[in-house]
Amino acid sequence: MNANLTLILTASFLCGTGVYLILERSLTRVLVGLLMLGNGVNLLFMVAAGPAGGPPIIGTTPTDDMADPLPQALVLTAIVIALGTTAFLLAMAHRSWQLNGHDDVQDDVEDAAIRSLAQADEASDSHDLSHEQTTDDPGDEDQFEEEGAPS
Amino acid sequence: MNMTTLVPLPVVLPLLGAGAALMLSHRPRAQRLVTIAILSAVVMVAAILVVEADRNGPQVLWIGGWASPLGIALVADRLSALMLLVSAVVTLLVLLYSLGQRMTGDETEAPLSIYHPTFLVLVAGVSNAFLAGDLFNLFVSFEMLLFASYVLLTLGGTEARIRAGTIYVVVNMLSSSLFLIALAAVYSATGSLNFAQLATRLDELPDGTALMLQLLLLTTFAIKAAIFPLSFWLPDSYPTAPAPVTAVFAGLLTKVGVYAILRVQVLLFPDSPLSDLLLWAALLTMLVGILGAVAQSDIKRMLSFTLVSHIGYMVFGIGLATEAGISGAIFYVAHHITIQTALFLVVGLIERRAGSTSLIRIGGLARLSPVLALLFFVPAMNLAGIPPMSGFLGKVGLLQAGIEVGTPMAYTLVAAGVVTSLLTLYAIAKTWGLAFWRTPEQAHEMMRALPALEDDLDDSHHRQGFTIHGQHVHMGGTAFGTRELAEARRVVDEDQPDRDLHQRLDDGSLPTRLPLGMVVPTAVLIGFSLVLTLVAGPLFGFTDRAAHDLQERTPYISAVLGDNG
Repeated sequence: MNANLTLILTASFLCGTGVYLILERSLTRVLVGLLMLGNGVNLLFMVAAGPAGGPPIIGTTPTDDMADPLPQALVLTAIVIALGTTAFLLAMAHRSWQLNGHDDVQDDVEDAAIRSLAQADEASDSHDLSHEQTTDDPGDEDQFEEEGAPS
Repeated sequence: MNMTTLVPLPVVLPLLGAGAALMLSHRPRAQRLVTIAILSAVVMVAAILVVEADRNGPQVLWIGGWASPLGIALVADRLSALMLLVSAVVTLLVLLYSLGQRMTGDETEAPLSIYHPTFLVLVAGVSNAFLAGDLFNLFVSFEMLLFASYVLLTLGGTEARIRAGTIYVVVNMLSSSLFLIALAAVYSATGSLNFAQLATRLDELPDGTALMLQLLLLTTFAIKAAIFPLSFWLPDSYPTAPAPVTAVFAGLLTKVGVYAILRVQVLLFPDSPLSDLLLWAALLTMLVGILGAVAQSDIKRMLSFTLVSHIGYMVFGIGLATEAGISGAIFYVAHHITIQTALFLVVGLIERRAGSTSLIRIGGLARLSPVLALLFFVPAMNLAGIPPMSGFLGKVGLLQAGIEVGTPMAYTLVAAGVVTSLLTLYAIAKTWGLAFWRTPEQAHEMMRALPALEDDLDDSHHRQGFTIHGQHVHMGGTAFGTRELAEARRVVDEDQPDRDLHQRLDDGSLPTRLPLGMVVPTAVLIGFSLVLTLVAGPLFGFTDRAAHDLQERTPYISAVLGDNG
């Protein structure tokens, strides 16, 4: 099978950008990332469909020149589902903004508690955070986030 | 009589019911009746399908009458039918429970009109996942049940639920994208998405290609089933939802993932090189999950971690890839759906009676409400695997299957299974000791002592049965950290409205009786789990036959493809 290189490159570009955006903190960016990822995946279906052809209607196109209709049907379903989830996630981002004034994805309360234990060097002896022990600054947490964020 | 016409009913009925319930949203009584009637009908259809699939082999229906293999097939073989029956019974009882909760005026922040239609869509999605005869239909049913679960998880849109829901939705959207990538890859490699056709075509693929497809599918399903290391999202998102919602999620959603792994692993990729990987995943899931459960100080979170841990048992059975292993896994799924749901329903009752599920602020429930203690004790012991209950029988089945295989890895897993069972008992005993056996006064005394002790920076103290070490307070084998200290300080502070059980018993702000509408469904569900114990012999016979057919593959393939196969 001859795959279409342009489609593959575009799909991989969209997926890569999507993954990068999903790693962001803001829910809106995560959503854009998921959408790009979804579009990249939909293009993969076009790759799976093989070479382009005529409309798959008996009588208008000879059987050998027909495009494979099934992947297009699948993509259509996937697009509809993505539309629904996008609307829902947008509503959640809006609700988060109503409640908190921002739409940043927040840490799990329990995880945050465990991290505060770790920063106080209480998690366990094997968890070495000796370089953080010197400062008792509450600004420590922000520093933690910035280290994780891509720059 | 031809029974194949019944096959789509578990999907169609709830969907129609959802539409009807939405239209009846201004008439709550009619809405309730519709939902109960539909779910009861699904239970009956599922029961008939179980008998039919056992007698006459897989029941296949091609939707819209398209000739095989062009259309969309719904297949009810023994495995699907059994899953369908257990999930139908569980969903019916959970719905009755939530009605009982609602009639008492609880949960006012949740819009009633949305709950019933969404619940029915969830049931339709779960049924469709069990019946799906091709990968894309499986994807669609995942999306159906996920969408319903997004709504149910964020009911009311409170801050905690939005936070938990965000993580849940994003993780599941990501896994759906992964599923789509897998679908595209499978389609371009084989030109089909039908399970039966794939079973024959995948054998002809080069090993490397087949391995990649299998890895993609397994990763997707492992996220849904919450298998370590892809389990992190579950204990984070489940506990914030209303009790009946958590119960039905815990019972069904992860099991749909396990079912998908089982179906794909046995039907599409027999003798796969990834069985060892599954065994490793099972080992880590069991141990990491249960260690997490031991460390929790909230009953809901503790149960979420045991849920993750016990998924490991099922993956263990699938990873063994022998008939006995698969049979044990199917039995364990049926047992675990009922028992985990029952436990979460009981937690809902605890929350109602004691006003909280936090282990540091409740106590004395055994005297306060002996019925509640009994309702907790029976399924909890069942979960830990105390003989002669179904949890014990399921574990014995799996461990025997492991010993039959006899490789070092299988023996390691047998040992890990026993350790996990013991640690489950430990986590349960800890909960029992703190929530049920000590008096509310003891709980209150400890609560008062916590903030005072925290200021005291001496290394260790022994007072009234608890010790303090740095910022940890140890009591009854449990370490309470800073979060619990903050919680205790809030309760002790007179200015804050936060109160523990002892105080709330004094000021009489708690309901003194449990609503019968909640207790009866819980008791019936626990009764159902005990029935599973009583019929364990015939049930194991059934799962043996199901596993035998699955291993042979031909019954499924020839039933779906007919003579074309």
